[in-house]
Amino acid sequence: MAPPAEVLAVRGLSKSFPGVRALDDVDLTLHAGEVHALIGENGAGKSTLIKLLTGVYRPDAGEITFQGHAVSFGTPLEAQKAGISTIYQEVNLIPLLSVARNLFLGREPRNRFGVLDLARMNREAEDTLRGYGVQVDVRRPLRTLGVGAQQMVGLARAVATDARVVIMDEPTSSLEPREVETLFSVIRRLRDAGIAVVYVSHRLDELYAVCSTVTVLRDGRRVHHGSLADLDRLALVSTMLGRDLGEVREEGLTKFTGDHQSAGSEPVLDAADLTVPHKLHGVSLSIRPGEVVGLGGLLGSGRTETAKAISGALPVRSGRVTVAGVPLRGGSAPAAIRAGISLLPEDRKSEGIVPGLSVRENIALAVLPRLSRFGLVSEARVDSVVDTFMKRLRIKASSPHQKVGELSGGNQQKVLLARWLAMNPKVLLLDEPTRGIDVGAKAEVQKLVDELAADGLGVLLISSDLEELIEGSDRVVVLKDGAVVGELTGDDVTEERLMRTIAGDTLAEPVKEVTSDG
Amino acid sequence: MAEATLRTAPLDKTRVLQWLQTYGVYAGVAVLLVVNIVITPHFLSAENFRTQAVQVAPVIIVALGMALVIGTEGVDLSVGAVMALAASVTALYLGYGLLPALLVVALFAAAVGLANGALVALVGVQPIVATLALMVGGRGIALVLLPQLEDLRNPALASLGSGDILGIPYLILIATVLALLVAFVVRRTTFGRQLLAIGDSRPAAQLAGLPVRRVLIIVYTVCALLASVAGVLATARLQASDPTSLGNLMELSAITAVVVGGTPLTGGRVNIAGTVAGAVLIQLLTATLIKHDLPPSWTQIAQAIVIVAAVYAARGRGKR
Repeated sequence: MAPPAEVLAVRGLSKSFPGVRALDDVDLTLHAGEVHALIGENGAGKSTLIKLLTGVYRPDAGEITFQGHAVSFGTPLEAQKAGISTIYQEVNLIPLLSVARNLFLGREPRNRFGVLDLARMNREAEDTLRGYGVQVDVRRPLRTLGVGAQQMVGLARAVATDARVVIMDEPTSSLEPREVETLFSVIRRLRDAGIAVVYVSHRLDELYAVCSTVTVLRDGRRVHHGSLADLDRLALVSTMLGRDLGEVREEGLTKFTGDHQSAGSEPVLDAADLTVPHKLHGVSLSIRPGEVVGLGGLLGSGRTETAKAISGALPVRSGRVTVAGVPLRGGSAPAAIRAGISLLPEDRKSEGIVPGLSVRENIALAVLPRLSRFGLVSEARVDSVVDTFMKRLRIKASSPHQKVGELSGGNQQKVLLARWLAMNPKVLLLDEPTRGIDVGAKAEVQKLVDELAADGLGVLLISSDLEELIEGSDRVVVLKDGAVVGELTGDDVTEERLMRTIAGDTLAEPVKEVTSDG
Repeated sequence: MAEATLRTAPLDKTRVLQWLQTYGVYAGVAVLLVVNIVITPHFLSAENFRTQAVQVAPVIIVALGMALVIGTEGVDLSVGAVMALAASVTALYLGYGLLPALLVVALFAAAVGLANGALVALVGVQPIVATLALMVGGRGIALVLLPQLEDLRNPALASLGSGDILGIPYLILIATVLALLVAFVVRRTTFGRQLLAIGDSRPAAQLAGLPVRRVLIIVYTVCALLASVAGVLATARLQASDPTSLGNLMELSAITAVVVGGTPLTGGRVNIAGTVAGAVLIQLLTATLIKHDLPPSWTQIAQAIVIVAAVYAARGRGKR
């Protein structure tokens, strides 16, 4: 039997954005009937690659061959018409149109007068969707369906448009387990029909359940490709995170200094059974004063959600948070802040700084009511607080009146830290505190975290930078798919242990040397 | 090199736009004043200034509230309806005396403001939709309460509309005091700072623990209360309650004053002095055209040109 035909071939694809090389000389080959896992951490280039394949972006260099012909798609519609369909995380259908209309959008059946044949359309829509495990009244508007069902409609639509390649970008992020099963059976059917599927997900279980081949991207480059069965989980995780196991034991490069002495044995923060539908499933953790607890896990494992749930920014279905022995009521951000919890959000630009306001206003933002009497701001007290923290955190700005949006990333991050420190918090939740800031500022922020812990604050540290996570934390709680899967303490706080835990190897298992096949 | 280019090219586009954004409205007022002094007979008379000021006072008062709402990245279309409601309620309750009537007016206005605020802050309806509902509904209620124009004969109300202290009409005094008050609130109070932060970045304000909902509800309530003050004053000046036409298109005049005055529609900044100047600019423009016997349609066209110019200047700043 001849090998399956090559459907899509990508050679030397590159794309740059101002200041960043998003994709660098990447190759990718897809055969008919192949389910191909495309993985990588944030910023690895997955989305860029998908957008180049589907005509959202134009490549700077490289070529795309689709079914034997060199192609260059100008718009997503062209790519779709040619036979490359994409199912995005967010459903890209029209919520107010009926299910059937969505399914047949742009290729509606017409009767011999050229008028829409509604009866036929509805009948065929029902037949089609039954095959996807969706049984609904197809005349209802799409938005009345659950997200999972909507996704199935999107999938059915993609397949029905004679797709040869179907790209799925984290298709299961909002699906129930039962719906995931249906999705898998659909993917297998696509595979059997000779359609090539690109499957993007951070859930290792899913990758191993449906994918046969894999491409790993890191920092815009392809760092591994081949059969997925030949790559065990640990190797997959280490390839993805870029941590060669042999290299892990080397001296660290971060500015963190050793362990912290926990002052009391009573935890300053105790979170129990935090549950958020689709995101967190009973996450518990506690932090003692003076302790830095790392939160490990892959992208989408629930790290950010855990921090947000603790800080009241994400409503929880169940669970409780206790700060210094006092239960937190209300589950709202202001209540958590009053109790002494401060969150440095992951998305500094849109959730952290208020870009149009000055450094001074940004630092004083949260603490303002405490510096005011009867709602009147005491400018003198604001000035003194701002001055104190600009000096202590070495914030570089032309003046306190400079707009925060004009500062460098590192200084913006320090402004946010100052905002919280002015509140005199008990617990600091730091979500990617050093992402996107330059090396010097990074070291300063790391040093600050150390100092703050030494002052007796409880710190929760989230970082995709493994080195930072390991060296900065006294203890690491590991999350996977929204649940705690392990905790590393003492001498076990190593990158290797962390990766093993993420990969799902049992901790009891003796540590073996693993040959890296990067 | 870049500096040298800037110096040799004084008409650099972004700098001109920036200057226009900050001072354009004052320059516009100055130009109109000069032009009128030259071409309009009797323009410099005290009587004329008094007329202009009395006419613009209600617009300024409404625009103050509008500026606060726009500062939160919202908009309030119901201000005209609130003016009409204030007129109806004044007519209905004036029999009990001016003060009780004013109290009831305030209650009605607060109710409309709370409804707007609750829809925006609690239910999450877009401000333009929420206040559109109240714009239609508010005038409806006003007309149910008082179906047609009614002459009001009340000495207290009449003196509020046409009386003065040392030759300065009450209307102007009230507008001035309110403008100073609102400017003070924006600059010096926690509420003012929180309002700006919410307008600039709502997610950040939320995560910083700001009472976002409370601030929004208060802002819409204050806006409605200010509109009701304008409604009462306009009624007092007319000595008649006219719920059918009072405050018609006032929302647009107020938004124009705010935007022309340099407050961006994207929120995060409130320019009170500019808003007052913006209202004055539109008033002068209208007066100039009317005094020279141009039809009202010309006034509208002129207004449109001013708005486009203001938005253009603002765009240059926002893009940077």
